[in-house]
Amino acid sequence: MAVDGIGAAVRRKEDFRFLTGRGNYTDDIDRPNQTHAYILRSQSAHARLGKIDASKALKAPGVVAVFTGADLAADNVGGLPCGWGIKNKDGSAMHEPPHPVLAVGKVRHVGDPIAVVIAETLAQAKDAAELLKVELSDLPAISQVRDAIKPGAPVVHDGGPNGNISFDWHIGDADAVAAAFKKAHKVAKIDLVNNRLVANAMEPRAAIGEFDRATGDYTLYTTSQNPHVIRLLMGAFVLHIPEAKLRVFAPDVGGGFGSKIYHYAEEALVTWASAKVGRPVKWTAERSESFLSDAHGRDHVSHAELALDKDGKFLALKVSTLSNMGAYLSTFAPAIPTYLYATLLAGVYTTPAIYAEVKAIFTNTVPVDAYRGAGRPEAAFLLERLVDIAAAEMGMDRVEIRKRNFIPTNAFPYQTPVALQYDSGDYFATLDGALKLSEYSGFEARRAEAKKRGKLRGIGISTYVEACGIAPSNIAGALGARAGLFECANVRVHPTGSVTLFTGCHSHGQGHETTYAQLIAERLGIGLDQIEVSHGDTNKIPFGMGTYGSRSLAVGGTAVVKALDKIVAKAKKIAAHLMEAAEADIEFKDGKFTVAGTDKSKAFGEIALTAYVPHNFPLETLEPGLDETAFYDPKNFTFPGGAHICEVEIDPDTGVTKVVNFTAVDDVGRVINPMIVEGQVHGGVAQGIGQALLENCNYDDSGQLRSGSYMDYTMPRADDLPSFKVATAITLCTHNPLGVKGVGEVGAIGSPPAVINAVVDALKDYGVRHIDMPATPQKIWAICNSGRRAAAE
Amino acid sequence: MNLSGEYRLPLPRRTVWAGLNDPDILRQCIPGCEDLAKVSDTELTAKVGLKIGPMTAKFTGKVTLSDLDPPNGYKIAGEGQGGVAGFGKGSAVVTLEEDGSGGTILRYTADSQVGGKMAQLGSRLIDATAKKLADEFFGKFAETVAAPASADAAPAPAQSAEAPVPAASGDAGGLPQSVWIAALVVAVGAVLWMVLGN
Repeated sequence: MAVDGIGAAVRRKEDFRFLTGRGNYTDDIDRPNQTHAYILRSQSAHARLGKIDASKALKAPGVVAVFTGADLAADNVGGLPCGWGIKNKDGSAMHEPPHPVLAVGKVRHVGDPIAVVIAETLAQAKDAAELLKVELSDLPAISQVRDAIKPGAPVVHDGGPNGNISFDWHIGDADAVAAAFKKAHKVAKIDLVNNRLVANAMEPRAAIGEFDRATGDYTLYTTSQNPHVIRLLMGAFVLHIPEAKLRVFAPDVGGGFGSKIYHYAEEALVTWASAKVGRPVKWTAERSESFLSDAHGRDHVSHAELALDKDGKFLALKVSTLSNMGAYLSTFAPAIPTYLYATLLAGVYTTPAIYAEVKAIFTNTVPVDAYRGAGRPEAAFLLERLVDIAAAEMGMDRVEIRKRNFIPTNAFPYQTPVALQYDSGDYFATLDGALKLSEYSGFEARRAEAKKRGKLRGIGISTYVEACGIAPSNIAGALGARAGLFECANVRVHPTGSVTLFTGCHSHGQGHETTYAQLIAERLGIGLDQIEVSHGDTNKIPFGMGTYGSRSLAVGGTAVVKALDKIVAKAKKIAAHLMEAAEADIEFKDGKFTVAGTDKSKAFGEIALTAYVPHNFPLETLEPGLDETAFYDPKNFTFPGGAHICEVEIDPDTGVTKVVNFTAVDDVGRVINPMIVEGQVHGGVAQGIGQALLENCNYDDSGQLRSGSYMDYTMPRADDLPSFKVATAITLCTHNPLGVKGVGEVGAIGSPPAVINAVVDALKDYGVRHIDMPATPQKIWAICNSGRRAAAE
Repeated sequence: MNLSGEYRLPLPRRTVWAGLNDPDILRQCIPGCEDLAKVSDTELTAKVGLKIGPMTAKFTGKVTLSDLDPPNGYKIAGEGQGGVAGFGKGSAVVTLEEDGSGGTILRYTADSQVGGKMAQLGSRLIDATAKKLADEFFGKFAETVAAPASADAAPAPAQSAEAPVPAASGDAGGLPQSVWIAALVVAVGAVLWMVLGN
């Protein structure tokens, strides 16, 4: 095997340019004769939009143009499309109101774009925007889902058939669940909130539109996780530009976490405006703007009940969730609280009957869509909190109740009652691994030692499963997806034997340039320095559905393997011709083609050269060249799973929680690069701890965002985190050739319930059953304080 | 949110009203006030430059008076626009009372809201800032009005000659001058709460 192939902890090829400041991000790009766009955004959460008087702004120094929703409408610009339709319980379609690029008639959230000013400099555009006179008359607003469904609540989209409800959906067998609850020995119940988060990618979003007056071609440079999807959505639905005339290029992108999947108004705006003003138009979000315009994540309010028999076996689960959609349906928003959430409610358990209902609610807030984990963290948090509560109700050990209900390792493939079929897994192995690695059995001694120091120590377990690489396209389509979910890879072998891979999976922190290169190095037996990975440019890459849902290896990597299969098959034909042997006798190993039973051999480079200099070549039966493309549409999701164990220490005097140990043992399928896998788990766990203890996107009741900067939105920092103990205990995926599952989101899915379970455990002497995220010092201090008072009385 | 407060001004009400008749005094006392103008008997405008946490911005405030019950109280509603810094709006119910020992007690309960960047960046700072600015105003007001009042014994300035007569402006349809001027005390606060009060 090649030294740098599958399983090697190779340093990331891309890091040199990132760490030396040589990355090329959208904002680093400046086009000749470029103008700058500033977007005037609503400060009101909900208001009627009257006249916009731009006369003063147009006369301001440097101003090139001012555009409003009326200008876009006059040019027949469409609204931003939603990529997933969900059906109501009664089979009717969801309420899908228009999502204009610039507000028309009403503004519906703080940050809703009203107008764009284009000027020679950004400062001039900003100054001119202050001169715009906008008639707004405020309307009552709502920010919380519970308020939005009350009778008489302000309605975000006038004329909605069901007030603020976009859809009222369900899954599972309600009758079976009701019957099981009747037989229950005990019922564990919980009401919980999954807190709203802001993705906070390190690089804010940016976009440059450029129109070529000579050819009529458009180029959009953008911070996207999936440039082909943007080209498809923007070209076909918004601007009506044929794909052949539209290039979308996402260069280096500094993190996405889901927030850069969606087609955003600014992309359409700069592309459209570049033709209007005949010059490139550049827009870069300020951090404040990111808080107001990047899709937010999570924001669920749920009630759940779990029925148990006298042995602690789970009999049935029922869940009712209100999911905040924000003011408009973002690109994939409807899929998140449905097919990526409720379908995961079996978790790692054999619960035979499950029923979940989900109402998706419009509010006067920023649209909500996928954020690292997307639906699965919400499912895992609900289940793992509920299981701990069930253990307490039953007086059972938290490890024992989990193991008693785990899907047996010999039961795969396992059909859950909520549509998914898990192909493989071993939940006992990951939990036992985590118990050992975390020194779980020694915890009570550590708790006692902490108590001597006046600290409350707690430990929490979370055992989870998730679903990656959403697929296959035909089933997803039947469930409402309006796009395919395959992936594409083009492997181009150059004449001297070096290789460029063109992949539809964009890389924005995942390390694709290294992992994919390792797949190619392994297969073709060539060095990593001979391999380049190209992504992000629709003019270079045949097609691609992009990077999200931990799909890059399971779906994108399989496409690479399929393309490599074609390369090797063709190369064998060439080798057979060169060595005058039967194709069936050609073997390929370590970069050499050999004829079985002989000492004849040809290096991979020789075959490549022959393909492009076909002097001695079977031209009558074979085309020259060595360049193959594969599209791969998976048969199923992949199902990573694992066990996370968190240990915290709480200072009852300050309410501050310190995560003192964190252990993650995950089953991510075959590992290509262990260093990248570990890094992905680290990042995900950091975000999960952030959600559990620190991060909270807060709106007041009038729809004003109160956490619009890092003064109030607390990001996890290095000193909030311990040194993680990370390991894998893998089972192979059974339906892709590499046996890979995905690792991008596991950290963010498994960790939040482990943290909160640990916090609740630490506070058990205060009678705490549940604490909503984030478990801030303020909340915990209040608990400790009232507990002390109660004890004193 | 709700904000309430109470100030005791160590001045007889007549003196207070006299002081309030002088727009210059008000302009001096409202922290950051650059301009103050009466638009109609129930409306006035103010321009105020303020610093809230990391933001410095100029606010244009509009104040409307209603539920007038001279001289016991009024309702005051308004909003301040700070351009990119955002906006504040709200209303306050205000009562004025003599304290029995020569002073005047002003009480208010305000219900107000901030929006835009002020909410996003500064909501934590709003309450403290509003309170601080209100204290600054009333402190300065008491001091400023007391100065000419103590000079009462000296040859009377034109202003103190008017002081004993906080009477109606004479315009039948309008409000008594003193009423809305007294409300201006609140307007002060008004500009502050509306712009700042959360």
